[in-house]
Order: sequence, then structure tokens, then C-alpha cells
Amino acid sequence: MSRTVVRATVNGEPVEFLGGGGQSLLDALRDELRLTGSKEGCGTGDCGACSVIVDGRLVCACLMLAPEAEGKRIETIEGMADNGHLHPLQHQFLEHAALQCGFCTPGLLMASKALLDRNPDPTETEVRYWLAGNMCRCTGYDKVVRAVMDAAADLRQAEKTA
Amino acid sequence: MSGVDYVSPTSIPDALKALQTDGARLMAGGTDLLVQMRGGRTKPKLIVDLKRIPGIADIREEDGGFVIGAAASGASIGEHEGLRSAWPGVVEAANLIGSTQVQGRASLGGNLCNASPAADSVPALIAAGAICVIAGPNGQREAPVETIQSEPGKTTLARDEVLVAFRLPMRPARSSDAYLRLIPRTEMDIAVVGADVSVTLDAAGKCTAARVSVGAVAPTALLVEAAGAALIGSSFDEDALTKLEAAVAAAAKPISDKRGTADYRTRVAAVLARRAALIARDRALGAKA
Amino acid sequence: MSDGNQPPAGFKVVGHRPIRPDGVDKVTGRAQFGADFHLPGMLTGRIKRSPHAHARIVKIDTTAAEKLPGVKAILTGEDFDVGAGGEIEAGESASAMKDVAANCLAKGKALYQGHAVAAVAATLPEIAAEALDLIEVIYEVLPHVIDVDAAMADDAPVLHGDMFTKGVTPRPDKPSNIAQRYVMGRGDVPGAFAAADVVVEGSYTTAAVHQGYLEPHACVASWGADGQSTIWSSSQGQFLVRAMTARILNLPLSDLKVIPAEIGGGFGGKTTVYLEPVALALSRKCGRPVKIVMSREEVFLASGPTSGSSMDIRLAATKDGRITAADMTLRYQAGAFAGSPVHLGCMTAFACYDVENLALVGYDVVSNRPKVAAYRAPGAPMAAFAVESAIDELARKLNMDPIDLRLHNAVKDGAKTVYGATVRSSAFVETLEAIKAHPHYQTPLKPGEARGVAAGFWFNIGGESSAAVHVDEDGGATVVSSNPDIGGSRASMAMMAAETLGLPIERVRCTVADTTSIGFSGSTGGSRVTFATGMAVVEAAKKVVDDLRRRAAETWECDIAQVEWRDGAAVCLDPSKDVKPLSLKALASKSAKTGGPIAAEVSLNAQGAAAGYGVHVCDLEADAETGRTTILRYTAAQDVGRAIHPSYVEGQLQGGVAQGVGWALNEEYVYSRNGLLENAGFLDYRMPVASDLPMIDTILIEDKPNPRHPYGAKGVGEVPIVPPLAAVSNAISALVGQRMTSLPLSPAKVLAARSGG
Repeated sequence: MSRTVVRATVNGEPVEFLGGGGQSLLDALRDELRLTGSKEGCGTGDCGACSVIVDGRLVCACLMLAPEAEGKRIETIEGMADNGHLHPLQHQFLEHAALQCGFCTPGLLMASKALLDRNPDPTETEVRYWLAGNMCRCTGYDKVVRAVMDAAADLRQAEKTA
Repeated sequence: MSGVDYVSPTSIPDALKALQTDGARLMAGGTDLLVQMRGGRTKPKLIVDLKRIPGIADIREEDGGFVIGAAASGASIGEHEGLRSAWPGVVEAANLIGSTQVQGRASLGGNLCNASPAADSVPALIAAGAICVIAGPNGQREAPVETIQSEPGKTTLARDEVLVAFRLPMRPARSSDAYLRLIPRTEMDIAVVGADVSVTLDAAGKCTAARVSVGAVAPTALLVEAAGAALIGSSFDEDALTKLEAAVAAAAKPISDKRGTADYRTRVAAVLARRAALIARDRALGAKA
Repeated sequence: MSDGNQPPAGFKVVGHRPIRPDGVDKVTGRAQFGADFHLPGMLTGRIKRSPHAHARIVKIDTTAAEKLPGVKAILTGEDFDVGAGGEIEAGESASAMKDVAANCLAKGKALYQGHAVAAVAATLPEIAAEALDLIEVIYEVLPHVIDVDAAMADDAPVLHGDMFTKGVTPRPDKPSNIAQRYVMGRGDVPGAFAAADVVVEGSYTTAAVHQGYLEPHACVASWGADGQSTIWSSSQGQFLVRAMTARILNLPLSDLKVIPAEIGGGFGGKTTVYLEPVALALSRKCGRPVKIVMSREEVFLASGPTSGSSMDIRLAATKDGRITAADMTLRYQAGAFAGSPVHLGCMTAFACYDVENLALVGYDVVSNRPKVAAYRAPGAPMAAFAVESAIDELARKLNMDPIDLRLHNAVKDGAKTVYGATVRSSAFVETLEAIKAHPHYQTPLKPGEARGVAAGFWFNIGGESSAAVHVDEDGGATVVSSNPDIGGSRASMAMMAAETLGLPIERVRCTVADTTSIGFSGSTGGSRVTFATGMAVVEAAKKVVDDLRRRAAETWECDIAQVEWRDGAAVCLDPSKDVKPLSLKALASKSAKTGGPIAAEVSLNAQGAAAGYGVHVCDLEADAETGRTTILRYTAAQDVGRAIHPSYVEGQLQGGVAQGVGWALNEEYVYSRNGLLENAGFLDYRMPVASDLPMIDTILIEDKPNPRHPYGAKGVGEVPIVPPLAAVSNAISALVGQRMTSLPLSPAKVLAARSGG
């Protein structure tokens, strides 16, 4: 009985998968749902490469059990682009060359989205502290922070003209 | 993490019942438990997830004070206006636990019951005089936070008990608190030293009540009564602060480990306690002058 | 950000900042990294590791594990037989295959905590984990040694009974932990010291640090019944994985196809194999595909960090600041097997300076730690820490500006390095001058702040590379690269091809091919890809252009010499012909009639890589009562030849600085008295996070494009990790008024120094 059927919503789609107390949500996303965009960099909540948004809250998918997802609304990197149109964050990460190897990028994007969802005009310091749980070993964070600030500006502009 | 069962009871009695199972472990936010399972340091057979019990993750005002559910996340604590203004030290300590991601899950109940000597929220709760509400097979009991941790990784809770909530007492006028910790980086580290000071002032700004607690300098977080006593009756003058520092340094019994040496911890505990005392005083003056 | 480098005149693509061709896959989660592959019937592989720092393996009993339902294969070191082994070139140094095999699975002795001793493949992860517990290993625990200086002591426990120090004559009569002694030098060092106006000396240590790539090692291996096998893995070189795996398992190279996955960071650490031979041997035993993914703990315990070091240095100088002599001893940890980069430390130590008299001695020392692997400019940052600290000390003693002192001694074209190369197309002087003139260096410090300056050097390499350019029938082009793209090289490859072909960048795409689909290439390492593989790309594109010109000449019935390739079209120079230019698209659409498909592949051994120089300046402050430091401002200038894609060059500088700052302030391997690693995780290893750093300003010096590369490129990836250790330390030394000599500079150390402790 260690694995049971878990029903959740992932990127707007209802899903069912098998999960038990021995599986993390990350295991379920990657191995059961084959959504491998969320990465495992540490498995201990220290690197943020598996960042997903659960019921509006940013979490590390490696620190949540698969069965806890029952009835939850989960957003992953695979759902960030809207019908093939990149989110302003994705666009700015590309424009700024805010990625090198790209392994931490899905987690950074999800964390940045969670930030801009609640704070549309963050300061550099706010961005840096919010993203402190997302390690990047390639970029030194400079271009990442600039990309997030510029995406925030894009989103504010879009809000104004909408 | 293999072959582990999972239940999410929706009432305290159900949780207590599930806890009778051999190899059962309680889970609130899970940010410590899952790491320990992953590292093979604990191998539970059943995980009892408390978060679907109504109210266990809520924060509410009661009798002029606050009740914080044991599983309330750091993020929800940080978003609670009333709590932030009455107990800024408790809130900042809770908000220092881990990253933004961890804040979405980590709870005060888990932070206390994980029983790390370096837990950030524990000195803050101790200095605040917080009381634990504990449910067991024979009903409910209450106990001060400082009586819960017994040694690293161990608590005085019985095997069949569940920590349900924390009670924070009503705040007199001109009261506040502050928590400071030292970590080598700016984020993501375990405290090398933590210190919290909670004070109440009279109309003239003199300290009428003070509790001081330090973390990561002993097997459990310490309530340093002599440090509080050093402040009481003072106007936070140099003499009182020096006594506060001496009391903290005398109480500290740290070890040297990968996170810091004993000497360094003792010295910095005193520094942080002094700084926290001044911040708490300024907040008390500013908040309810 | 760049200091406003403008695209070079005359170039339409090179020097601009287009979006990388593989970018969208990486921001949408579609890019497939090592752990993302899945095959039908795939098993999970897991590795059992030594709990001891040093132990003889008395017996491994796998009977109970074999009986566990779901277990399909079990492997121990006895399953590998590489004989004498030989060596394989791997990035910047050669690897002894006997040692690589024994590092993948221990034979006879476990030499460090985490050393692999057995492996299983099972149907489910939980069964594999249970099987590991059922494998019984009987150890005889042996005395261990961790520290490099302790490992050199006469009475130190010896790791390898057959290790007799090389480079010493006569050959020592007893084995030791000193694998090799390197000696380099020139001139009359004792004489120069005797005549010196000023002498500075000091002893320095650095801790072992890990590359810290975010992606743990991962691979899938699938054995075919006919012996033809496939490996999908994340590495810095598919050909290297093929060579090492085939060598360990005694396979013909052509029977092994290695498909490079996207790589989640490497920094040199993925220029060897840990998992691939194990996974393939397991697959061979049971006939099913096997996936192995390391946990982060395994990455720290069992994959290569770089050496911790212990160094002594002396400088002799005249009172006007001319460095006349230096002598230096470098002792580097190799980990459990020989092969630290100490010789590279010796070669690079004084490469920035023109010093007449030099004496360098390097020791490659084994101890009970994981075998080191390459890490960004391997060997150079530690040596530079000592050298740049000593130069800072000298500047203080002479009361000279630290940049002026370096300018006074800076190496210039034509100078000879201690390792025999002649300096050419160097812009070290320009790099120093750029920092000196930068607003950062000109801004006065506020009270409580301090500034540190340091320089750094890296050779950069060339070597064997292959690339192909295929013209598509619609007039676009595909570039096939032979090197895993670790930080955006597909962008620079596509850009150089587009520039050469005269196509807009959007019409050129780039892919990284497997070992069966492109000619051989050395690994992605040594800052060689944009230079060497880029050269192959440009050569291939030029061949395509020549072919297009030939086809145009035939169409126009004129001499090929009369056809020029201009802006993506053939232009006829023969005034007697009244013809319009033929675009690449027009020529491509008619390729069947003009000789068939248009494509070229080039394999070459690129020569003429140019060294790079960096100069960094760091401002910081420290909390007077806790010793915690805060980096306030950081600027890095570097001689980059020419930046093909400036954003990615800046990114290399910024990333190198961040790693160097981590090395300087917090990162280290912490061992218990029992020789066990106490911080095998990100939490306590403490790499810099976003809030630890300010923006990192960059200055790209493009005064001296490399004349031996078609677009002037020099390697840029490694130089930027060389200066930060001393830049940070020199700033802290200035702040506390005492020379800091031992990294990392933890708050406790800074506080102690501040208090005069």
C-alpha cells in the first residue's frame, strides 16, 4: 500500500500518478509524469533547481512528498510558456544570456515568476534575497538579476497598456 | 526513501491514532524530515502529515495574544500583519529558516521538534515566553518552549504526543523583540550563533522585563536569565549591555565544529545579544511609545 | 555588464549578441540533461561506497543481494581488468587508466570515504538501495592521512606501496605519498636574493574546493547483444567518455557510441568518468539499459574537487619595484591517486611577470581524499593566490600602487616563460591599464572599506577538433560541433559560421553530435572550444564558400578567381560577364545540378591558442565584531582577444569571479579526525548565493585579437577564476592590517586577524 493514486492539477491539466511516502513530488514529476524540466541538483532543498509553485507558493519539489500533492494546483517550468509564447522572464533570460549550462534555469525561472507574481517592482536586493535559494554556479547571478528586473519592467509595462 | 506509507489525518485524534503505528513519524513542513530520509538518517515506515488537520497551519489572535499553529509555514507567519507588529523578532527568526522555497513549507513546530541546537525560531520563541500546546492520548497539556528540546535531535515530547500550536502571550505596551543570527553567507546557512531578546519598557524607556535566549552555543537553545536580569531596570546603558554580554558568554557552552569554533561562537553570541537588545529597545520605543 | 564593447567594424555577426540557438529549450524545460533520459526496461544502478577513509577490502559478499528479487546485476572492482592501463589525454592532462578504473570501482583497497566498492542494477530505486545494504563488505581499517603536509611526512601512512617519487634522482628506496616532484627555473636565484633591496616571504594554504556544477553526474548505458553499445551521458567530452569506458571494459571504440546529453556545468570536473564504465558493465551483465545518477552527497564524496595546497614563496626586488627573483615551493593534494595540477601551478605562477631568476619546486601528493579533477584553470588559482599576495605585500613594503608595481614587471610580447614558450599577442599591460583607469579603481574608499587587486594567467589550449557545415537546400546552414556545449558554444559556433557564410544568424543552427556522427575532438576544456572547434567550423565554412564560388564560376563559365564571396552571395568580378550575384540560397536550390549536396567537414589540430590575462579589483568591508565580510564592488578586466559573443564572454568572467570569491571566503572540504567529510552537501559547503554578491562589472580587452584564429578568439573561460582568491584576500589583508595566508577567509579567521590574533 506504500504507493497510492494521487490526483492533482499540473500546469492546468488534471493528472493522476502513483506516489507514496517514499517519493518526493520531484520524483513523481520526473519519473511518473516525465516532466523532467524540474531538476534535481541536491535533493535536500539547498539548490532550488526543482522549484515549482504549489497552490501559489514556491516550494522545492524535492522537499514535498508526492502524496501531499493530492488536490493541489502545481505549476512547473513546462507550463510557463503560454501556448508556445515565451513568458517575459523566459524572453529576458535569453536576451540577457542569463544562463550558461541551463540546469538551474527552470528553477530560477519558477522562483522569479513566484516573486513577480507578488512583487511586480522588486529592488535588486529583493531579487537577490528572494533567489538566494536558487544556486547558479555558471553566471555569478549578475545577468540573472538583470533579466528578472527587466522582465518585471516588461510585465509592468504590459499591465499599463493592457 | 523506499516503501514508506503516508497518511494525512484530518483531526487530532486521528493523528494520535496514526502515531501508534510502529515506525510512524510526524511531518509538518517536512523540510527537515525529507532531508533526513534522503540521507538515510531516518527510515520511517509511516509518515503522518499534520497539514490537513483544520487549524493546524493557522494563525489567530486569542486573549490579546496569538496562537500559531504548529504547521503554519514561515511564509504565512511573515505575511501576518498583527504578528509582525507584535512579535517582529519571532517573525524574523521564522523567516530566516531556509530559502524562499523552504519558507513555503517550514514550520515552527517542525523547527522546534527537529531539535537542532541551531534552530532559528527556537531562541525567539523562548525569549517570547511562548507556550507549546501539546495533544496526547490523555488530552492536552501546555509547556514552555524552553522545556521541549532535551539534546540535539531529541525532545521531551512523548512518543505518542503531537505539538499542536504555540501560544504567544499578550504584549504589554512598549514591548518588542529582535532576533539576529550569524552565518558566513547572507542566506541558506545554518546559524553559527543566534540570539533573541524580548523587552518591555516603561514610559521613561527603562527596561521592566527582558528575556534573552541564544542558539547554537549549547546542546539546546538557552534561556539566559542572568542576561535578561542585566537589562531589567536599565536604560540599555553601556554597563547593562556589558553585563548582558558577560552573562551570555558565561552561559554559552558551545562546541567547535564545521560551522564554527567554540571561542568564536561565545564571542559572537555576546555581540549578537547586545545588538538584538538595542534593536528590540528601538522597536519597543518606536512601536508603542 | 560590458564596458560598452562595440561590435568590431566589418563584422555582421561576430561581436553582436544574438540569442543562443539552444536557448528556448533551456528556458522551457525541454533540454535533456544526463538524468532526463529514459529507456524501456531501464534499470536503476546504485553504488556502494566505502565508509572509511582508508581500508583494505578483505571480502565482498554479494550472495544476499543477488537473491533479492529485482536485482539484475552486481559488480565489484574485480570485474574490471585494464592491465597496465596506459594513459589517455583528458582535457589539460593525461589520466592513468589503471587509476581511473580503480577510482570507478576500488580494487583491493578503499582509499577515501565514498570510494566506490560495488554496484548493483535493480528494477526499482528502492530495491537497488536495499541491495546495497545487503552487500557485505569486510574492511580492515588502515591509518589515514588527509592533509597534504602530513601526507609528505616520513611516518605518514602510505596509500600506494608502489609509489616511488618520480622526478627525484636517485630513485627513492621506499614508497611514499609524493607521486612526483617537478622542478622549473632559470637564472641565479641565490645571487639575486643576495643582491636584493627588498625580500618578502610567506607561506600560504588553500582548501580543497569542488567545481560545484549544479547537475550531478548521470548516465544511461545500454549494452547490445552483439557488443555494440550506447551511452547517453553528461560530460565534457563524448569522445573522452568513449575512450575511457572502452579502455576499462576492453571494447573496440567503434562498438561504443556515446551520445552527449546537455551538460549541467562541469568546470573541468566532467573530464573523466565515474559512472559510465560501471553502468555499461552492469548492462553487459544483465542485457538491460542501466541508469546511474549520483546524489549530491556522492558528488562531493566521490567526484573530483581540486587540490588543496600548501605553498612557500619568496620574492626579491629592487627598491624601485623591479622583481629580480622568486623562489616557490608548491605542494598540491592529488587525492587518492597521482595527478594534481601542481606542474600547472608551477608553470603559471609567474607567467604574468618578467622575472629573470626563478626557482620553482612542485610536489604532487596523494592522501585519503577523492581523486582531484580539473577545475577551471587547474592549478593556477592557488599559485596565483600566493604570488599575488606576495606582490601585494611587496607593493606595501615599497609604498607603491599595486597596479604600478605590476605594470613595472608585466610580461610583454617576446618574453620567455619559465616553461619555454615565447609570449605573443598578449595584452596584460593593456588589461592592467584598463583597471587602473576604470572608475572603480579611481573611486576613493569610504572608511571601513578596503580594496584588493590581483592578476591571473591561463595558457588556453588548442588541439584536436572536428566540425561540419551543411548547407540546407533552402539556403540555411547547420553546424555540427564535436564538443559538448557547456556555456553557450553553440552560439559562438553558429555565429562564426554565419559570419563566414554571410548568412544572418537566424539561418544558422548548431548541434552537438555523438561519437559516430562527427570526427574526433578533444574535450570541452582548457578554454579551447571557441578557439579550436571554432577554427574547424570556420575552416569548414570556408570550404563551403569555396565550393559555392566554384559552382558560381561554373554557372557563369568564368574563372573561380573572378568569383568573390560577399555578404552571402557569389559576385562575379569578370567585367565581361553581365550577371547578377548568386545568393547562397540560389546556389543551394540548384545544388543537384552543380555537383550535389553542399557540405564540408574539417578535422584539425589547432595550433596558436593565445594565453589570457586577467586583472581584478575587489572592494569589501567587514563587520568589526563578527568578522563577516561583504563584497561591495567587483570589477574584472580580461585580455579576451576578440569576444565572439560578448554576453557569454562577460558571463564567463562573472561566473569565474563568483567561484573564486567562494573559494576565497567560504568553500572548503572539512574533515573529521576519522578522515570523514563533514560537509558533503550544498548546505555546509557554502557556495555563493545571489545575495552574497554584487553586480560584477567586466571589461573586455580586445586590443590584441589572436592572429592565429580567424576571428581573433582567445580562450576566456578559465582566466577569471585565477585572480579572485588574492583580490579578495588582499582586500581583507588591507582591512585587518595583517597578511591573510590561509583560505577560506571565514568570519572567525577575519575576526581573529582583526583582533591581532
